Amino acid sequence: MAADSFARRLLGKYGIILVLVVLCVLFGALSPVFFSTENIINIFRQVAVVGIVAVGMTFVILTGGIDLSVGSIIGIASVFTAQLMLGGMSAFWAVLLTLAICSLFGLLNGVIVNQLFIPPLVATLATMTALRGIAFIISGGLPVFGFSNTISALGQGYLWLIPIPVIIMALTFAAGFLSLNSTRFGRYVYGVGGNEEATRLSGISVKRIKFSVYTISGFLSGLAGVVLLSRINSGQPKAGQGYEMDVITAVVIGGVSISGGEGNIVLVIAGVLIMGVLSNGMILLNIDEYVQWVVKGFVLVAAVGFDRVSQRRKLSA
Amino acid sequence: MLELRGITKTYPGVTALDAVSLDFSKGEVHAIAGENGAGKSTLIKILSGAIVPDAGIVRLDGLELGRVTPREAIRLGISTIYQEFNLVPSLSVAENIFFGLEPMRRGFVDKKRMHRMASRLCEDMGVELDTHARIKDLGVAYQQIVEILKAVSRDARILIMDEPTAPLTTKEIDVLFEIVDKVREKSVTIIYISHRLEEIFRICDRVSVLRDGRNVATKDISETNQQELVSFMVGRKLDEIYPSRNSSPGEEVLRVEGFRNGKLKGLSFGLRRGEILGIGGLVGAGRTELARALFGADPLVEGRILFLGRPIEIKKPQDAIRQGIGLLPEDRKQQGILLGMSIKENISFPILKDLSRLGFLRKKREKALCGELSGALNVKTPSLDQKVKNLSGGNQQKVVLAKWLGTKCDILIFDEPTRGIDVGAKQEIYSLLTKFADEGKSVIMISSEMPELIGMSDRILVMRNGSIAGVLEKDEFSQERTLMLASGISEGGEAFDGSR
Repeated sequence: MAADSFARRLLGKYGIILVLVVLCVLFGALSPVFFSTENIINIFRQVAVVGIVAVGMTFVILTGGIDLSVGSIIGIASVFTAQLMLGGMSAFWAVLLTLAICSLFGLLNGVIVNQLFIPPLVATLATMTALRGIAFIISGGLPVFGFSNTISALGQGYLWLIPIPVIIMALTFAAGFLSLNSTRFGRYVYGVGGNEEATRLSGISVKRIKFSVYTISGFLSGLAGVVLLSRINSGQPKAGQGYEMDVITAVVIGGVSISGGEGNIVLVIAGVLIMGVLSNGMILLNIDEYVQWVVKGFVLVAAVGFDRVSQRRKLSA
Repeated sequence: MLELRGITKTYPGVTALDAVSLDFSKGEVHAIAGENGAGKSTLIKILSGAIVPDAGIVRLDGLELGRVTPREAIRLGISTIYQEFNLVPSLSVAENIFFGLEPMRRGFVDKKRMHRMASRLCEDMGVELDTHARIKDLGVAYQQIVEILKAVSRDARILIMDEPTAPLTTKEIDVLFEIVDKVREKSVTIIYISHRLEEIFRICDRVSVLRDGRNVATKDISETNQQELVSFMVGRKLDEIYPSRNSSPGEEVLRVEGFRNGKLKGLSFGLRRGEILGIGGLVGAGRTELARALFGADPLVEGRILFLGRPIEIKKPQDAIRQGIGLLPEDRKQQGILLGMSIKENISFPILKDLSRLGFLRKKREKALCGELSGALNVKTPSLDQKVKNLSGGNQQKVVLAKWLGTKCDILIFDEPTRGIDVGAKQEIYSLLTKFADEGKSVIMISSEMPELIGMSDRILVMRNGSIAGVLEKDEFSQERTLMLASGISEGGEAFDGSR
């Protein structure tokens, strides 16, 4: 009985990792190349952009919010950096300036949510639309290319065997983990999502926490945009379109409660990888792209449903 | 009519119910009393089909019931009215009563007939209620009445009421009890769960006491008294629930002058060092609003605060905390605690700044400090990492208290300190408060429970309609005087109502 409930608890808590393992075993059995070093590195490289943004999204969702503008910020970062470099700015300063601007756009989300009392879903829906427009305006609606390719080292380089974007993602997750689990700020993030009023009455500035999480999300979306740009070496106003959905899916699959206050960033890594493994595996198996979408939607329901059902079982057991 | 035999339910580490056997007969009001954690909620959940017992038999009219699901319970005529109501706020009274069972005509809801049926039901039960009124426009008392009507309309044979009077005023309780009487006349069995012993003696026919998951006694109301019930509940005689103390309040530490906002109509008072200042009044008199304004949780339009004679600014909770003021809100679950977080994380929450270096938490220190506080307050838990939602109301309240003691505050504002708390924990809270005041600190205690107000306070300030109706010194304390001030009845017995 004790062992049974222990196993059940483990399943309830880490079931998502089991899903990931099952998927890997399945694709490994169906495709001989799936477990090759090259392919595994490939999967990691493909999820890097979504992974970086997912860290910021985890902060936002933990406070009970949501950020739909991440994809548009990626687009802005992509064309803005490209334009700056095309204008002769060095890659270093162009990236730094872009990250600053993207953080400000994140802060803008926070301002709308905090000062205008607009629900995050609506606030970031508005900025998603507006910022995508700005990305097109900056680039004149066309891809921006022809700048010096010093930045490509960021997206295409390796440190030993590991692609740089993967390292950036790993560092982002590490920073996110540290921040959420070992700092005062992290505790407040959980507090705001768990019970905003109790947090406020404990003398914590809820607004400051919300400003911070949206700024973090903007900054990391900018970083992801720069990584994406350097991988393809061309600024795309359309870059990151639809990424918000991939990112939110990954975070939710990772078990972060959409109502805030509960979730573990370690499992978000699993969520991100599930998305990547699915894409990669289905491409290896030559599955039609439209079918892939159907499968992804199904997996979201299945993964979260599995989680919910095991939670309920745990409660009534 | 309803029999429970050997009902047992265990959770990891706790036996919630231990072979409980109970009999409920037709048309009786049967009270279930017991401290928090005695197993009352588990019992309700089993009867309403929310959880399945590990062992035991439930018999209805001599027939053994198998596994009871919530749907099955309703079909059998078992209705439960929880503390959180199951009503749709935007729908009307009639629509709520017949929700899911609307009278139909040619595929559409027959609204006329529905309202006629609802009106007839109201009349039958002696309730005056507009069946077109929307639930969200009704007070809590009437919402509860709608729940009862709903149950009655569904031919409930057994009605379980969980702490029905907790949110009600004295007058509303009278209305509720009249309806309970009407329901009883219809041969419905009422299982009545309450902490308030006076009520049990007012309307119940029999009472069963649970303690630590066991049924320790079932008695006819006429054969027992409050003292005996309390001793059954705590397992020991309880002579003096309020600690005696020789208080000698010192100089004035805090002065409130001309507080005014939407709910407060310009009130002033002082608080002395080492004093427990009770604040009485009816629900809606503005007591909670006063507490929140003083703590900076709600804005003031006008008014100022003097701290040791110096004016201070309190615009937000941070300011109040910096001045050494703590607030334990009335609505513990919504405002006092973080249910999903652990005991440790709750206690350390306001003082994380002192428990971290460069933003990083010093977890060992945090653990040591929280362990000390929760130990000093006797929080019953196997581990500090236990989530607060798994604790009983009394233990949750102790966690909130520990949180504020951790901030080393000098003034505690305590809004309904013992709401939803069992007798044993109440006593512990009282002695903690007394100890706090004896250390030369001050307490503002808002309470709707008259004995508590009189037993604990050094001075009682009675509020009515957003202003102070009167202040009673210790030698003037009496329930009658407090009530008269609170309801605006002058000494001569004539009613006057200042504002309306």
